[in-house]
Amino acid sequence: MTAARYDVAVVGAGPAGACAALEAGRHGCRTLLIDEQGQAGGQIWRAKSRAILRAPPTPESQSGDRLRAALENSPVEHRTQARVWHLEKPADGIWRVHLLTSNQLEEIPAKTLILATGARERVLPVEGWTLPGVLGLAGTTALMKEHWMVPGGDTVVAGSGPLVFFVAAEILRLGGRVGAVATLNARREWARALPALARRPQILSRGLAWMRVLRRARTPVYWRHGLRKIAGERRVQGVEIAPVDNTWAWARRALTPAKTLAADSVCLGHGLLPCTDAARLAGAGVAYKPALGGWTPAARADGGTNIAGLWVCGDGAGIRGADAAQAQGRLSALAAVAAVAELAPEKAHALQSRRRALLRELNRAGHLGMALTALSIPRPGWVRTLAPDTILCRCENLTQGEIAAEIEAGAGSANAVKCATRAGMGACGGKYCMDAVTRLIAQKSGLGLAEIPLPTARPPLRPLPLSALAADSDDFHRRLFAALEPAPL
Amino acid sequence: MTRSIRNRRAEIRLGETVEFSFDGKPVAARAGDSIAAALLDNGVPAIRNTPANRASRGLFCCMGLCQECLVYVDGVKTEACIARVGDGLQVRSIPLSESRLRPHSR
Repeated sequence: MTAARYDVAVVGAGPAGACAALEAGRHGCRTLLIDEQGQAGGQIWRAKSRAILRAPPTPESQSGDRLRAALENSPVEHRTQARVWHLEKPADGIWRVHLLTSNQLEEIPAKTLILATGARERVLPVEGWTLPGVLGLAGTTALMKEHWMVPGGDTVVAGSGPLVFFVAAEILRLGGRVGAVATLNARREWARALPALARRPQILSRGLAWMRVLRRARTPVYWRHGLRKIAGERRVQGVEIAPVDNTWAWARRALTPAKTLAADSVCLGHGLLPCTDAARLAGAGVAYKPALGGWTPAARADGGTNIAGLWVCGDGAGIRGADAAQAQGRLSALAAVAAVAELAPEKAHALQSRRRALLRELNRAGHLGMALTALSIPRPGWVRTLAPDTILCRCENLTQGEIAAEIEAGAGSANAVKCATRAGMGACGGKYCMDAVTRLIAQKSGLGLAEIPLPTARPPLRPLPLSALAADSDDFHRRLFAALEPAPL
Repeated sequence: MTRSIRNRRAEIRLGETVEFSFDGKPVAARAGDSIAAALLDNGVPAIRNTPANRASRGLFCCMGLCQECLVYVDGVKTEACIARVGDGLQVRSIPLSESRLRPHSR
């Protein structure tokens, strides 16, 4: 029986996780905040690299600086550059958080666990998307926020949702060139998001500023257009842009030659996906919610799950944006605090009214996040734009044709396709292929996306060097593999 | 035509320069850069060849998830978008010879 070192362990130091940790620390809990980056902030408030001594402030850099300062002045212990690769809760009811840090393994006991693992982006495969020079949209924002670098000499920005315009404007404001913007959305879809945007005037005016930058630069914007092809020998050399219909399939008039443009870099992305691997590995159930990005951990408003002592918050619990993430992080922390601490009645009462205020804040903040997510959601016609040669699984170099053949031969689930083809077994663990694979299964089988579960969650959550594992005892390996059950096909 | 747009990159102040090597070739960078960012800034988006068909691959997700930018740093396989440059650091691309070829690779 190990004495628990921490009352609360928080995984992820973005807006949700950092706020959760700050809140738990504020109420006297011994709190550990774990993140793989060197500094807190997650993706949206990513800190500048140390190569940049001084830079003009942005709203995000200011929010991030405030958050990092708050953490420094708090009793929270912040473990940086540490990756969580496994989560266990044995019979004693204490969580074991398995970390990989500088090639060594560590096991951290904690009474309660808050997962704030955030989101990653969805990039729908396109012919040539594996060429060097193609970056994800969210990846490009990470590059620009951290390194103040543009992705290339002459960039085409494409995809769906608001990030398309943000990235294009930001590249221009960093002195870069944008040859074209191709958005799968139509203008009227943005008009539908206006009511939600109007309730957040600061955000609306930022969006309008992006469009002004594009207009001033005279960047061509192709509405309802997608990338038919990214061309190049060993790197991006050009793109073909073609019109789509409102299901995102190639428009009939796309039979005429597509627009061809020279480019040496492409930024491509289609919305955000909650990172649910850790929550699912910890035993949380999932629910399919398209408005929140797809599969989300099944959780209550305060992030409480079906697993005792486990809460989820932030974009990892469903895409709602940074403001909602902060409120939800604090709510999860309050719930964890109530679970571990003996609170005096007045204190408990005060926390209850704080909890009610945070719930209102969460409710209000989530609306805009969901309106913007709606713009990114892939439409069913997209899957018809895949050519047999288009790579779906980057890690294992598997094409649409190879995976479609297995589905036609009877592989009717993500697990079955994974077993038959190795899609999802490569180094990225299915992060960049499984969304497209499930859409292909849906198209061929007629099943709805909600009826096609994700592949069974397995440790390690991230790649582990064998040298780190080999040093550990046999008992550890027995514990690691003993609890695994076969994946349902 | 970007004259009328304020170039914010021109307003930043950068830290000390360092030089590392990638497969023996010198690469100029700033202390604090990630290896992948420094390579991209030097016009090198390609980082490795995929074992299945030797296709060129490079930086993609920029956040340590996709594993496309793996390189050897001091003999340890690591993501170039996470690992930082260092003066005199020797970075090597993953040799094809040690990667498993798929049984039915094209």
